[in-house]
Amino acid sequence: MAKVVIDGTEIEVADGITILNAARQLGGHSVPPAMCYYSTLKGSGGKCRVCLVKVAQGSAKDPRPMPKLVASCSTPVADGMVIQNLTSPEVLEARKGVVEFLLINHPLDCPICDQAGECDLQNLAYEHGVGKTRYEEERRKFEKIDIGDKIKLHMTRCILCYRCTMVANQLTDNRVHGVLNRGDASEISTYIEKAVDNDFSGNMIDVCPVGALTDKTFRFKSRVWFTKPMDAHRNCTKCSGKVVLWMKDNEVLRVSARKDQYGEVKEFICNECRYDHKSATDWTIEGPRHIDRHSVIAQNHYEKTDLLTLKKEIERQIEFQKGKPLPEPNRTLAE
Amino acid sequence: MRKLLLEHISEPGIETFDVYRKKGGYASVEKSLKTMTPDQVTEQVKASGLRGRGGAGFPAGMKWSFLDRKSDKPRYLVCNADESEPGTFKDRYLMEKIPHLLIEGMITSSYALGAKTSYIYIRGEYMYIVRILEKAIEEAYAAGFLGKNILGTEYSLDLYVHPGAGAYICGEETALLESLEGKRGNPRLKPPFPAIAGLYASPTVVNNVETIAAVVPIINLSGDEYAKIGLGKSTGTKLISASGHINKSGVYEIELGLPVEEFIYSDQYCGGVWKGRKLKAVVAGGSSVPILPAELILKTAKGEPRLMTYESLSDGGFISGTMLGSGGFIVMDETTSIVKNLYTFARFYHHESCGQCSPCREGTGWMEKILHRLHHGHGRKEDIDILVDVAKKIEGNTICPLGDAAAWPVASAIRHFRSEFEECVNNSMKVKELVH
Amino acid sequence: MELKFSNNTLSLVNKIIKRYPEGKQKSALLPVLHLAQSEFDGWLSPEVMDYVASLLTIKPIEVYEVATFYSMFNLKPVGKNLLEVCRTGPCWLRGAEDMVAHIERKLNIKAGETSADGNFTLKTVECLGSCGSAPMLQCGANYYENLTEEKIDQLIEKLRDKGVRSSYLKSVEINS
Repeated sequence: MAKVVIDGTEIEVADGITILNAARQLGGHSVPPAMCYYSTLKGSGGKCRVCLVKVAQGSAKDPRPMPKLVASCSTPVADGMVIQNLTSPEVLEARKGVVEFLLINHPLDCPICDQAGECDLQNLAYEHGVGKTRYEEERRKFEKIDIGDKIKLHMTRCILCYRCTMVANQLTDNRVHGVLNRGDASEISTYIEKAVDNDFSGNMIDVCPVGALTDKTFRFKSRVWFTKPMDAHRNCTKCSGKVVLWMKDNEVLRVSARKDQYGEVKEFICNECRYDHKSATDWTIEGPRHIDRHSVIAQNHYEKTDLLTLKKEIERQIEFQKGKPLPEPNRTLAE
Repeated sequence: MRKLLLEHISEPGIETFDVYRKKGGYASVEKSLKTMTPDQVTEQVKASGLRGRGGAGFPAGMKWSFLDRKSDKPRYLVCNADESEPGTFKDRYLMEKIPHLLIEGMITSSYALGAKTSYIYIRGEYMYIVRILEKAIEEAYAAGFLGKNILGTEYSLDLYVHPGAGAYICGEETALLESLEGKRGNPRLKPPFPAIAGLYASPTVVNNVETIAAVVPIINLSGDEYAKIGLGKSTGTKLISASGHINKSGVYEIELGLPVEEFIYSDQYCGGVWKGRKLKAVVAGGSSVPILPAELILKTAKGEPRLMTYESLSDGGFISGTMLGSGGFIVMDETTSIVKNLYTFARFYHHESCGQCSPCREGTGWMEKILHRLHHGHGRKEDIDILVDVAKKIEGNTICPLGDAAAWPVASAIRHFRSEFEECVNNSMKVKELVH
Repeated sequence: MELKFSNNTLSLVNKIIKRYPEGKQKSALLPVLHLAQSEFDGWLSPEVMDYVASLLTIKPIEVYEVATFYSMFNLKPVGKNLLEVCRTGPCWLRGAEDMVAHIERKLNIKAGETSADGNFTLKTVECLGSCGSAPMLQCGANYYENLTEEKIDQLIEKLRDKGVRSSYLKSVEINS
């Protein structure tokens, strides 16, 4: 076991896990955001850089701080490590920069995007971004295309997290799409027209953090916050059959896998469950699904997010940035 | 001045095995394989103080000592011949003119590291050198310096040349390994480092061409003798690629410690600034390192003569210093537009970003676009501050050093030549007023 | 017509694959793509890439991902002679832009375009490691350095007369 301190709170975690997962065990506001890391996809993470944190003390053995901010999703903890997330102005500044980078070539078309309301980029921008853009150059553009008859690809919205390629590699037996070209011309594509067609290909939609891959059977049917997500299941021979039905009255508008509080699917579902059972009678409905992460949905339908706590936390951070002493473990370090 | 690598460069036929051998070539292989253990070879390299010649300057012996020797997987030595840093062409020169020096270094180094198969990853544009190297390798096989039981010893080694296909990023060692595995050149997340899990997840050392070549004189002379050459911690000799506005561009082998002023103005080296013009600025270690104005490249901020060493060039940090880097020495005369030069660099990094991590993918394009506008008379008054800020937000926050490499030239050009950027903005403003 | 390497090239491909450990034949991808581009008209069509994928027993998308990453692979047909002029800092300092402008005027094309007779494609590229002999251009395996307008004129005439397709491997056979 390793004892680590994250934003002033100590927690004991298993050796070798990442800083991000240690923070997730702790929960609350000290959990760095993540746009590309996905715990159920091997090899994910490290790319988006929104989860950067400061390692103020490397370990008990070697207390030197790490020279650069590190990606918390891919950096393992060490016993005695002291980590700063929200308590480091440097981290907040870098993260603000990363959010800006992710947005400069994004079309900001939330008003017409199906992902709006459940979009990780929207939430991230809401929490860490600035309300105004400094970017006045031309934005990157791509044509929107169908990849298969059920999935729409809006490449302009993609943040190149690579998750969908990992789904194709790890869940299906024949990946036909990938990341092509390089630099900011990189794009998700099949290169030549090819249908992504596989029993589990629909999971690409669920792992996409933005509106780059959307479910064509749901497109423009409803804003997500007007739907009622319900946990439901059915007997399925291909997958667990455990899903979320996104309902309006008694109509099933969309079927998706169940995401946890970090937006991750732990049990992927098959395309049959996703696309072919759009009648409520096909399902055993368990009850309303608690959505506590997605700001827009949560604010309108379910438990109130603790805005007061959030506000207090932000005020506390501002105080730190004004030069008040850092929390306990770091003060010890300084002395 | 003493030459260790290019001593026989003008010898006719030195590119052939026979002439190279006659000039004392392959002595380090004989010495190491017949009289030294692999660890003793590594110890000599450690003692030599040799620092990586690719740009980072990390002590080579230390890098070797990190190699996981307990693993039961095969170990690899991969030579980084993906020379692509603007201003740098020394490896090309060395491989083209005296290919056996690299082959010899590869054999001696592979022996030290216990590698049974080694690769030279060379940038694809140098395809004509692939043939030169492969011919040299063939000769070395024929002479018993490669293949099974080299010189009758237990040691066997196979050596192959692997061409890239146009990607600066493959000079980053983990991107190079990805590329060698037939993939896109996306740098890997570290840890694990190549010394633990490199090529095919096996323990791997990646060294620059010049670093590997320098192992030859180190073994021939002994590490201690090599360490006496140069100055302080900057031991040995270094190949400098000199380009830009000088009278005599080319590759020069210098003993580390040579005064920068002598390098620029002596007829033995650059022969002074061309067309009788004045020196304006120098990028001393390849396009990635901070640019310095004439007064700071010739003398440190403390007023001491600037020397061609790792330490002297970085004296003053990034405020008033730079880095030796790859030794790509780009000279600019008084007529040079710093803004335009920077624009070409920014375009380069934008073109070469692999696109994997967001700060580099998005930030390099943003910087290029702003500089393009500035240079073309469409500047805005906020542009300079945005450039500085974007560079700052890329630096240190990316997966690999390409982000830093793109940010440093921008930050340093504005630090030392801010007025030129302001002039671009002011001119743009004037044009705007005239139009309206 | 079925796409296939010549027997010579096929044996070269097999030789290249053997440089890498068993099961790591994907490592041969870049060298084999170079051979493919050289043998099949100077560019990599989807059919050619699919063929390479089948030779190396990898998925076609793995080839597309790689071919589109590296700047030396042409994904569209190019003229018989691909003139690649370096324009990064050190070459710019020594007049690379004038050289590009001269070629543009001479061939009546812009960078990125192919001349009407299909003989030349002009491409501007980033640093080719010829900074000390700038300005320069690469055509196939050859570097043409310390360029002047006169030298370019001579070169263009020479290449026009030659009438063979430039190739990075021309006169350069890997492992031959």
